[in-house]
Formats: sequence, C-alpha cells, structure tokens
Amino acid sequence: MANKERTPFENPVVEWVDSRLPVFTLMQKEYGVFPTPKNFNYFWNFGAIAMFMLITMIVTGIVLAMHYTANTELAFDSVERIMREVNGGWLIRYIHMNGASFFFIAVYIHIFRGMYYGSYKAPREILWMLGVLIFLLMMGTAFIGYVLPWGQMSLWGATVITNLFSAIPFVGDGIRTLLWGGFSVDNPTLTRFFALHYLLPFVIFAVVFLHVWALHVTGSNNPLGIDTKGPQDTLPFHPYYTIKDTFGLLVFVLIYALFIFFMPNALGHPDNYIPANPMVTPAHIVPEWYFLPFYAMLRAITFDIGIPFTDIVFINAKLGGVIVMFGSILLWFVLPWLDTHPIRSARFRPLFKIFLLILVADFIFLGYVGMQTADAKLFGVVPLIYLGQAATAYYLAYFLVILPWLSKNEKGRELPASINEAVLAKNK
Amino acid sequence: MRKSLLTLMVLAASVSSAGLAQTAMAATGEVHLEEQEWGFDDFFTGTYDRAALQRGYKVYREVCAACHSMKRIAFRHLADFGYSEAQIKNIASEYSIEDGPNEDGDMFDRSGRPSDYFPSPYPNENAAKAANGVAPPDLSLIIKARHDGANYVYGLLAGYEEPPEGKELAVGQYWNKVMPGHVIAMAAPLSDGMIAYEDETPETVDQYSRDIVEFLAWAAEPEMERRKRWGINVLIFLAAFAGLMYCVKKKIWKPVY
Repeated sequence: MANKERTPFENPVVEWVDSRLPVFTLMQKEYGVFPTPKNFNYFWNFGAIAMFMLITMIVTGIVLAMHYTANTELAFDSVERIMREVNGGWLIRYIHMNGASFFFIAVYIHIFRGMYYGSYKAPREILWMLGVLIFLLMMGTAFIGYVLPWGQMSLWGATVITNLFSAIPFVGDGIRTLLWGGFSVDNPTLTRFFALHYLLPFVIFAVVFLHVWALHVTGSNNPLGIDTKGPQDTLPFHPYYTIKDTFGLLVFVLIYALFIFFMPNALGHPDNYIPANPMVTPAHIVPEWYFLPFYAMLRAITFDIGIPFTDIVFINAKLGGVIVMFGSILLWFVLPWLDTHPIRSARFRPLFKIFLLILVADFIFLGYVGMQTADAKLFGVVPLIYLGQAATAYYLAYFLVILPWLSKNEKGRELPASINEAVLAKNK
Repeated sequence: MRKSLLTLMVLAASVSSAGLAQTAMAATGEVHLEEQEWGFDDFFTGTYDRAALQRGYKVYREVCAACHSMKRIAFRHLADFGYSEAQIKNIASEYSIEDGPNEDGDMFDRSGRPSDYFPSPYPNENAAKAANGVAPPDLSLIIKARHDGANYVYGLLAGYEEPPEGKELAVGQYWNKVMPGHVIAMAAPLSDGMIAYEDETPETVDQYSRDIVEFLAWAAEPEMERRKRWGINVLIFLAAFAGLMYCVKKKIWKPVY
C-alpha cells in the first residue's frame, strides 16, 4: 500500500531497489522531509546522542568480546591483556568504559527534557513508557557489564545487588540462586552475566526501534509543549535537524573524548584494578555513579514497616528498601497518569517548574548520599542517613502527592497561539 | 530564561561534583596525602622521565622484587625506557626463567628472553603469605588500584614512624602514617645509599621513592604518553569539526529566522 503512494526516484538503481523494497522512500519520509517543530532547543539533541552512544557501546563491546575471557581465573588478566597487548585495546576499552557513563549522562538529560517539557503526556504515553523500559534495560546491562572485569568492586557490587533479590518473599532465594548459578557470586555468575551482557544491548536496540517508531507516529514534542498546527510550525528533519544534531553530537563527543584520553579512570573506582578476592571485602562498596541516587533510596529504608508497638512486621527494612529503589523508577511508567495537567511545558507552569527543579537537586543530593558510608555525617554533625530519608521522601512525594495536587490546582500561564507565532514574536 | 536554566544546571552539576570528589576522599578515611609534582601527571602533556624509569626499575629489581611480583610486565616492555633491543636481551638474560615441560616431561631453567614476563619471587600466593605473613600485592597496577596512587605510594614509602605511645605492634608489624589503619606488614624498604646509581642522582630515600613511583606509574599505564598525544589530536579535530558544523548549521538555519 505504501508502494502506491511512492514517488519514483530519478536514479535508476535507487528506483529499482525502492520499487521492490521501499527503504529509500522510508528514509525520505522519516528522516528527510519528516515534519519537525521548528523551535527545538539543544535539549532535543540528546535522543540522537543516546542513539550514537548505544551504537558506540555495541561496536566497541563486540570488539572487546573478541578478546575477553569469561572465567574467574582469567577475566581480570584478559582485560589487562586488552589494555597492554591488544593493538589499540586500551582505546577500545576506555571508549567502552567511559561510554557507559556518557550513555547515562545523555539519557539522564534526555529524561529530564521529557519531564521538564511534559513529553510524557498524551498522546506520547507509550513513547515515554518505552523510554522508561530502555532505561531499566540499560541499568541491568550496565550493572552486569561492571561485573565482567572481575575486580574487587565487580565481585562485591554484584554480591550486594544480587543479594537484594533475596528480600522478595517466597521466590527471592530462588531468584538469587538462579542469578548466581550456585551459592555465591562465582564462575557460573560471571559466564551468565557475560552472555546476558552480550544479549541485552540488542534487546535495548529493539526497544529503541519501537521508541523511535512511536515518536514518528505522534511527532516530537517541543519547548512550548503545544501541538504543531501546520507546515508553518515545522521544518523538514533534513537538513535542519540533521545538521543541528551533528553539531550537538560533536560537542558531546568532545567532552567524552576529554575523559577517554585524559582522565579515563576518573569515573571509575580504584578498587576495580584489584583482582576480585572473595576473602577480602573492600572497606566501602559503592556502585557506579549513575546508580548512586537509587542506591541512596535503597539504603534510606532502615526501618521495618508493620503495626507500631507490636512485633508484627509486614515489610522488613531490606524489602522496603528494594521496593522503594525499584518503585522509584517504576513510578515513571505511570507518570502520564500522575501528572494530568493539560499544559505540557514547564515554561507555562511556574509551580511545576519549581518542584521539578527541586527534584533535580534532590536527585543529585541523593547521589551524594549514595556515595557516602552509611554512618557518614554532613559537616560532621547531621547524620546523612536522615537527609537521605528526607530526600527519598521528597522524591516519592513529588510523584505521588505534588504532581497529582498540581494537576488539579495549578492554573498555569497562557499558551501562545502557535509555534510559528511564538518564534516570530521572539525574533522581532 | 532558557539560558539561565542551562547555566543553573551546569553550575549545580559542577559544584556538586567538586563536592563529591572532596567528600569521597574524606569517606575513605585516609590521611591527607601530600601532593607531589609528577611529570606524568600533567593533564595534557604528561610524559615519563626515561632516566627516572631506568632508575626506578633498578630500585624495583634490587629491593621490591625480593617480595613483590610484577607479572604483567615483560622485558620487551622496557623498550619504553629508551633501551635498545640488545640492551633488553641483555637485561632479560640476567634472569633465570623456569620453562617446560621439555620432551622428557621435566621443567628446566633457562636464561630469560625479551618475551618473558618478570618472574615472580614466590611460586604461588600461599608461599608469599607463608614467607611474609600477608601476600605482598603484585605491583603492576598498584598506582591505578589506589586513590591518588602516585602520591599514596610515595607517601607510604616515606611514611614510616614510631607507633604512638600505647600502641603495641606485633612482630612483623610496622607503623605507617599513610597506610589505611596505619599498621603495615612491610618493613621500611628503603634507606639512604642502599642502591648505587650510575650517575650523580642523589642516593636518598626521597629520590628512590620518586623513581620507583615513576616506574610503577608507567607499569600501571604504559599507554599514557601515546594516549595523551592521540588525545590532543582528537580534541583538535573534534573542535575544528564542531566549529565547522556550527557554521554550516548557522547558514542552513538563517532563512528560518
């Protein structure tokens, strides 16, 4: 049916292929003339940047897999062999290692963009939920990947995180045994983690395809959060946004390269250059920086939940922490129904904007808390655990109380009539 | 307004990351390490001092190697110090390496070749533990495996002190102000004049420590010089390319505004 609407191409080879498999028509429609709001700011670059990072991770990862050995006796040595003996091996590994961090940086900014400009609201709910699914898959992939070099932090991070699953009632121990492939984090864990670390990026890729598909059905949101009303509001994707994305990507890669070449280990932990040793526990086990806010929420639940003044406990502290940690992301799935305010963009919702920016600060602060030991004190006085609990409470309240309340009570500012008008008014 | 938001975010991010770095140090509970000046530490143009590497190798060979292995370093890697192939062959041949099994199924000793890795002082970890109480760590990665590795190792070598009053140390334990927990199983390894340098370089503990740190830093990151050299080129290319793309973007977008 697409064939009937096809306009022939001049180039005979292209035309020959396209009349049999209309890939050129598809690309032309989705990336050539695709109508895109003309008022994007640079926050809209991070989807393309995240895509670039995914491809970078897959390509470098495949090369690393050619040299890596998934065996507890050999894994650490094989990584060091990549660093020292394989031609350009150090570069490939540092691209991959720092790539995980920069993938997360891009995706965190991308998620913030979505939250700030209300990109999750109708009709983009499925687009948003697919994005949350991608983020969850990324977290799993990154965690598993960090285990592969089999350093001290690999082993002990894996031990801490896999042990969380045992908190789940009834099936928890079974899940943990299944993850371990035995009775502790050991060789069977490493081999299955390697298999999954190779598989999951391709699952991510498939979900990204659905994410982009959904995007091309609804079209992009924009900084004003109002719908496009006609051709005067949009520009063809090429060349306007292909060139803008290229420029934005290069600036991002410039910063990425600064880390790869000049401080490749700044975002890592020195303990992971000590080979894993099950007999020696590191003084302070911390996850990678991109997990720290969630790690803080996990540790914030230090109390059992039950009937006060009795011994009856419904949810013990460990399970409570696990529920809060996973729940903090699962909440994003229902974000379109927690925030039902008709205005999308924070630009026209002053109250929403303040609470969201507080959430960002709160999230960064949680990251700081997650990095500290459990008994750390702020300025040597205030026990950090209480501040972590307060920050966790705000995080949950933002989604469960503040957003629903604002949806009913925030008046919001008047929206411009159209994107075109707003752009013209601004350029006057 | 949009601009101010961006600036705010960048500011918040940079302020918090600076804070994070500080408290990360505090959190490890380590003593403050004195910042030394290292040629290899220079952000963009760090290089290893060839002479210091050669001296550091001598210190390692004559002192550290008695207990510490460096199993990730091969003799051929010493080419980085400016040694010629013949010199490396010569150095390797001074070592005795266990090889085999031969056709009769026996292990045998032969002289070292450039492709051999540094032989370890103990046949296995248990032997190292039995001889020293705790197994001395392999030094190939030690600078990368510690917070602020170069300053840490330098500080450790100079950090031996009498234990504070009331602290009883067991036999084979020593007091070191830089070691986490302060109790260390390694006796102060260096003393003035214990290693003879071939040139006028002072034969002091301080100089030995500086040289061994240079050598260990190289062992941990032998690719560092090339990495930074490539990095400069990559940054220049990316900056120029980004600048060009910015101009193209301006030109393409001009009719829209």
